[in-house]
Formats: sequence, structure tokens, C-alpha cells
Amino acid sequence: MEKINELRLTVDARSINEGFCRVAAAAFIAELDPTIEELCDVKTAVSEAVTNCVVHAYREKPGKIYINAVIYGNGTVKIRVKDAGCGIEDVEKAKEPLFTTMGDERSGLGFSVMESFSDKLTVRSKPGSGTTVTIEKRILGMNYGRR
Amino acid sequence: MPVSVKFDKDSIIAVLSGEIDHHSAPALRECIDSAVERARPGKLTLDFGQVSFMDSSGIGLVMGRYKTAISCGAQTEVTNLSSRAEKIMRMSGLEKLVKLNSM
Repeated sequence: MEKINELRLTVDARSINEGFCRVAAAAFIAELDPTIEELCDVKTAVSEAVTNCVVHAYREKPGKIYINAVIYGNGTVKIRVKDAGCGIEDVEKAKEPLFTTMGDERSGLGFSVMESFSDKLTVRSKPGSGTTVTIEKRILGMNYGRR
Repeated sequence: MPVSVKFDKDSIIAVLSGEIDHHSAPALRECIDSAVERARPGKLTLDFGQVSFMDSSGIGLVMGRYKTAISCGAQTEVTNLSSRAEKIMRMSGLEKLVKLNSM
């Protein structure tokens, strides 16, 4: 697939950057004329991925979050959110709905939400060296069916 | 503060606004919990009508407030949910504990 555009973004793993990262991802895909719904899907999935880095990978301690977003010729967007944090022992378990290691205020639905708002979600993790989450979504856009 | 708390007879209505994520949730939590613990109402209503964005942190926020409210003997209700926010809430099965009303 032909790459149309690419974004690389490195931010500190601070909760204030959750909002920045989802807005940056939304702004980056604007050239595809996404519908409001598609835009919200991407924002929500990115927000979950970045929150996981802050809360789980780095446990609210300093670290970096590396985002790489690519737009392909067919309108597919791939957004990779990578950290160098603690990693996940059991990815399948972490992806189970309602599973959380963080107590009452976390719902344990981050991965479920990411899966539900993307076309494909890939999670690669190695305990001690970090996690990479890749969100893939085809943006049909506002003019879909009208062209 | 992106929440305003109104006291109405035996109930508390918390009107949330702006974006709800892991960054904004703690301030909302503290504000609502302190109002509930102080007033000990019969009912807590969380009004999502002015919420422009919410991720799964919104579920944790509602679940946690349900627990605070129930420990004070209060029922919890969520109103004015966008279809999107309602879809996220329902992923958790929250509707079994808390009445969810859409816009």
C-alpha cells in the first residue's frame, strides 16, 4: 500500500498529553475528510492507547510515548502507539473485558473500546521492555458513496 | 471546574461538561463525591448533556460515583448521554446498576 502521509510524535507520558495526542491524530487524518463519527472513533481509540501508556506502562512515572501514524492510498490509517514501559505479562488476559489491575476508577474496558472503534487492533508486548498497540481503521469519509 | 453541582430537594444533579478522560476524571470525582458525602441525597443524577468527549474513563467515573452514592444510600442515574457515550457505557453492563438515559 502506498504511503500518503506520515506523522511521528514523541510526548512525555503525562495525562495532560492524552487530550493532545487524540486531537493531533484527529487533525492528522483531516485530509481524508472523515465523518464526525470516524473522527470520534479515532480520537477515542488513541485516547485509550495513550492512557494505557500513562497509567499502566509507566504507572504515572516519567517516560516517553511514541506515536507513528500513517495514511495509506486507500484511506486506511494506521496509528501505532508505543511505550518503553513495564510491558504486559499476558496480553490476552489484559484484553479481556473488565479486566483491570488498577482498582475501582478504571473500568478495564480500554482494549474493548479500542477494538470496537477500530477495524483491527494489534498488541505486541514484552515484559520489561514495553508495549506497541497498532490501531487500524479505514476512513471512508464524508463523500463516501457520493463520488 | 467542568462540573456544576445543583442541590434539588433530596437529590443532587451534577452537570458535567467538556472532555472526560483519565486526566480530567479525578477532579470531577472529588467534586461529586464531596457533594454526595456532605449532602447525603436520596438520588444522584449525572448529567452528560454538555460532555463533548468521553473514553472508558467515563465508565470508571460513573461506576465509582455509583459506589459512593450507594454507600450513602443514594440511587444513581445518568442523563443526556450522546449515542456514542451510551454505547461506551453499555459495553460495561453499567445499565444493570445505573439507569442510563440518552439525549
